[in-house]
Amino acid sequence: MQPRILEVRRNILKKNDEIAHSLREVFTERGVLVINIVSSPGAGKTELLARVMRDLREAGLSVAAVVGDLATENDATRLAESGCPAHQILTGGMCHLEADMVGKAVEAFDLETTDVLFIENVGNLVCPQGYDLGEDLRVLLFPCTEGEDKPLKYPTLINTCDLVVFSKMDIAVAVEFDIPLARRNCEGARPGVAMLETSARSGAGVSELVGLIRDRWEAKRGERTGAERAGTAEISRPESHRGVGSLRRVVAPPPEVPGSSG
Amino acid sequence: MHELSIAAEIVSLAVTAVEEAGEELPVTVVSVRVGNLAGVVVEALEFAWDVAAEGTRCAGAELRIERVPGRVRCKACEAETQLSDPPQFACGQCGMPTADIVAGRELDLVSLELEETETASTELSHAAPNS
Repeated sequence: MQPRILEVRRNILKKNDEIAHSLREVFTERGVLVINIVSSPGAGKTELLARVMRDLREAGLSVAAVVGDLATENDATRLAESGCPAHQILTGGMCHLEADMVGKAVEAFDLETTDVLFIENVGNLVCPQGYDLGEDLRVLLFPCTEGEDKPLKYPTLINTCDLVVFSKMDIAVAVEFDIPLARRNCEGARPGVAMLETSARSGAGVSELVGLIRDRWEAKRGERTGAERAGTAEISRPESHRGVGSLRRVVAPPPEVPGSSG
Repeated sequence: MHELSIAAEIVSLAVTAVEEAGEELPVTVVSVRVGNLAGVVVEALEFAWDVAAEGTRCAGAELRIERVPGRVRCKACEAETQLSDPPQFACGQCGMPTADIVAGRELDLVSLELEETETASTELSHAAPNS
């Protein structure tokens, strides 16, 4: 009796990857910048996010958030206090978000009128790693209340992140956080990764973070405009941030860029 | 513990592959490849496997896991070296930090072994194979 061998050769997370891929297409078509925020539990994701969402909204952008937790709708309620819509995903015990959960959750929003979508992942430094959610940016929140060696202990998740945001930095001195050491350790897990120091309480670093997100959104919006205006090389960019949120949604061609030949 | 989701996904992929191949034999071995940088705890995956496979064509099958070490390519000296575990993302030859990962993120279902019986295409048995 010989066993019969069946060659399969398939990526185990292929289904998630395929859903994430179609989500990414939808987000790009609608010009939505998507940011996946990962951290350990209690890193201050909701606190910082509520502040960043409020500032982005005041800058004229339309912002929404989905937030994953095992139980309670507390975080969605706190995020909604920023004046932006927030939708809670209850994972019922699952330690990470998957693309199909995000796909279902965003049905609560009108993506056509959304500029930036935040996905607050379940607090966990291991499991969210392999699950693409269709995001443009994966951001690790690293609170100064955690040991500087966290990146050494959890290198594989940090290695997939585009930006490290240090949080709660208003108490960094009190907890004797060694920021140069923490930065070196992040660099070791993800050479070249961008880093930013913030405090949701004092507001330090928040405007830099908001600026970075706005820049990325404008670049993404440019991609969309470029795709819509296929055949012309011109990519429109807003001159000021006032009223940008509504500009993106006009069906007519965007205003002329000064100095452009077309 | 996302290993249970992964185990369930392996079972689902395996069952689909067997059905697509038109086979009706029970699965005896499921071979997977797991990179050291895939964020999967192999012991947790093994622990979750029996539960995920229960009541399916894979019930009682052995989960055979091949680990794939992480490897990076250095932009400075162009060497391709194996990472330690846990990894420090630096070139093993010149020590330059590098994030250019060429292997170690694998999470693949590779192949299945099906029980060959003398009377092929008999009805599917959910009983564990006798070894």
